[in-house]
Amino acid sequence: MQKIPHVLDVRGLSLEAGRTGIRILRNISFDVRPGEIVGIVGESGSGKSMAARAVMGLNPPEIRQTAGAINFEGRDVGILAKRDLRALRGARIGMVFQEPMTSLNPSMTIGQQLEEGLRLHVKTTRQDRQDRILQILDQIGLTDPKAALAAMPHHFSGGMRQRIMLASVMLLKPALLIADEPTTALDAVIQRDVLELMVSLTRESNTAVLMISHDLAMVASYSDRVVVMAQGEVVEQGATSQLLAAPRHPYTQKLLSALPRRAAARVIPAASVPRVEVRGLVVDYPGRGGLLRRGAPKRALNGIDLSVQPGEILAVVGGSGSGKTTLGRTIAGLIAPTAGEIRFNGAPVGTARTSDRAYRLNCQMVFQDPYSSLDPRMTIGALVAEALRHTPGLSAQARHARVGEALDEVGLSADFAPRYPHQLSGGQRQRVAIARAIAARPQFVIADEPVSALDVTVRAQVLHLFADLQRRHGFSCLFISHDLAVVEQIADRVVVMAQGRVIEQGSRDAIFDTPREGYTRDLLRAIPTLFPTEQGGVRPGWRLASGA
Amino acid sequence: MKDISPGALCGAVLTGGLLAVALLGAVWTPFDPMALNFAARLAAPDAVHWLGTDEFGRDVLSRLFAGATTSVWISFVTVALAVSAGTLIGVISGYFRGWTDRVLMMLNDALLAFPGILLALGLLAIFGANQYGIVLALGLGYTPTVVRIVRGTVLSLREREFIEASRVMGNSDTYTMLRHILPNCIAPLTVLATSMFGWVLLAESALSFLGLGVPPPEPTWGNMLASGRPFISQAVWLAIFPGLCISFTLLGVNLLGDALRDRLDPRMRR
Repeated sequence: MQKIPHVLDVRGLSLEAGRTGIRILRNISFDVRPGEIVGIVGESGSGKSMAARAVMGLNPPEIRQTAGAINFEGRDVGILAKRDLRALRGARIGMVFQEPMTSLNPSMTIGQQLEEGLRLHVKTTRQDRQDRILQILDQIGLTDPKAALAAMPHHFSGGMRQRIMLASVMLLKPALLIADEPTTALDAVIQRDVLELMVSLTRESNTAVLMISHDLAMVASYSDRVVVMAQGEVVEQGATSQLLAAPRHPYTQKLLSALPRRAAARVIPAASVPRVEVRGLVVDYPGRGGLLRRGAPKRALNGIDLSVQPGEILAVVGGSGSGKTTLGRTIAGLIAPTAGEIRFNGAPVGTARTSDRAYRLNCQMVFQDPYSSLDPRMTIGALVAEALRHTPGLSAQARHARVGEALDEVGLSADFAPRYPHQLSGGQRQRVAIARAIAARPQFVIADEPVSALDVTVRAQVLHLFADLQRRHGFSCLFISHDLAVVEQIADRVVVMAQGRVIEQGSRDAIFDTPREGYTRDLLRAIPTLFPTEQGGVRPGWRLASGA
Repeated sequence: MKDISPGALCGAVLTGGLLAVALLGAVWTPFDPMALNFAARLAAPDAVHWLGTDEFGRDVLSRLFAGATTSVWISFVTVALAVSAGTLIGVISGYFRGWTDRVLMMLNDALLAFPGILLALGLLAIFGANQYGIVLALGLGYTPTVVRIVRGTVLSLREREFIEASRVMGNSDTYTMLRHILPNCIAPLTVLATSMFGWVLLAESALSFLGLGVPPPEPTWGNMLASGRPFISQAVWLAIFPGLCISFTLLGVNLLGDALRDRLDPRMRR
């Protein structure tokens, strides 16, 4: 049957956690052929990273393989001696990790780190090693490869480090590259560059790629075949375009239907006085001091003008370092502006410590990380009730009722009130955070990446909930996100930020369909997207592919 | 959660035993720990005096009971003093940061530069050698350690979003510190206070041994050890039993501290 030999052939693999006997993987099978890109997608807890690590023999000893076999180039990795396994790692199987900031050794020069692998696995002269290293550094787009040899990792940006990581792995021309969330920590524009580099480097040496990610759109755009995992099992696998066009398994269907889609545009009438208005906002962070002198201040926001209309969701998008989070925190009063003005219903507001009551009662915030935004020592009921502390004229009884009401509204119930945050899932916690934000019926809510920490299906639910609540209560919202797909679904208007400035703003449809600025176009082009098809599936593609 | 390690059990039993003896010693001892009985000087352990008598014929077991009461009382009050003062300073320092933090930390670092016992020795010279002097001296001596740990905890808590959430809700700094910061410091503080109880007990014994602690005839394990030392060749029980008491107490408290740390504060696990 098998005409093409597999590089990797995983058959009926089951893993169990040592003492507890919890099954981590159940009878999973997939294979990777030479030069092929296979993507494993799944939500957190699906076991996708465990599967990849098992191939490398990298799982901690408590995790036992109870059944199945991992055949790499015809040899069973599971029963290989440690020595043979070490010889495989690096030389035949390379791995790129998620976090470029920590996967390079900060105390070694780039040259030393690249040479390390070569010296270990390839018998050749020092001169030849140097040549190979310089060649690949040139290939990954370093302007001065010779100088880079002596440079330390901290001299490079995250994207560049991930390229260097990729170079160090591809230097040995392995038969298989395992990329575990290789670009999750990177900005959209850089993400595309790194992935394209990965594809070109691996194609050149006919290296197969096993790409693990939660990002279905990214996996779909780059891989030939997709393996969908859920709760330790492979639920569906097949050629990417076929699988996405006609998903058979209910989980895959659920995953695809959970993808953000553009909602119908709403008409928000411009009020005479905007709910929130920001004029000429400047924020400087104090410079990082030297030993004796303080460095020059760093300008995080550089003259921001924007306004949020009553009942409108204004999205702020931008890469990391664009200042979008600083903007949200400044408007919330957590950071004192260096210059400029914030007006609420026409009246200027101060900082969190001095600002007037009306604004404090009416401006609430939903944070990104539901694991750190709820005090672990307080019950859900107490957490939501706390938001009502400053609401005037509310009896203890009325407050109690309002807490139950708020929990009902976010799809939990009053039964959750006595529980503690650690007893809840991430999605439930974020619902609590939303309940807390809306309990006092604020006129304005700042949501800083409210769904970024959530899994695809949960994200869809929470996003729906948020949009529903916004429609019901009519609060204005500043929605900060790096995720364009989410913004496309929920925003009425969009502000694009880069380097502390507003690059472009306009209605959602204008920004997404006819962006004017080059930066906005780059941003839109960088993000792989799944477009719905008539058959109920999706097809991968790129935005603005046809346009300028 | 149900499984208790043998170490934890051992620690709990030893520490529980110590507290029981200390409580008992406050209300009842087999003999009057201060009563002299020259007829039975340096008597070896027997059926009447289970652990023998000292050079004045006082019952060693009774004195150990009474000493436990004194030692536990001193340690307890000292730890309470150090923890409350340290927590107050640590929370303020970590929460407000800026120059408040810088000034407080400078003072704290200066105090930390002395070993606790050395600092206590100096302070005792000022306060005078009695129970209250010891409590004050050791309390001040151990406060900087608490400040360090609390401040570190607060600094990391401060970056958590629920602290910002509290500010966005319009809560005052005092409320945020009391409601959100302090309860989240309790786990590391419990662990610290337990092991500190052991350190203070040892320090108190050492000071009393040096004659700088609780003055005789009031018994403490430390001064019993000191007064037994000249007779070590004739009456070895005078030094052995207080020494064993100190060792087992420390063992118990340390085991309990480790168990608490593992349970309450997994991040500190070594």
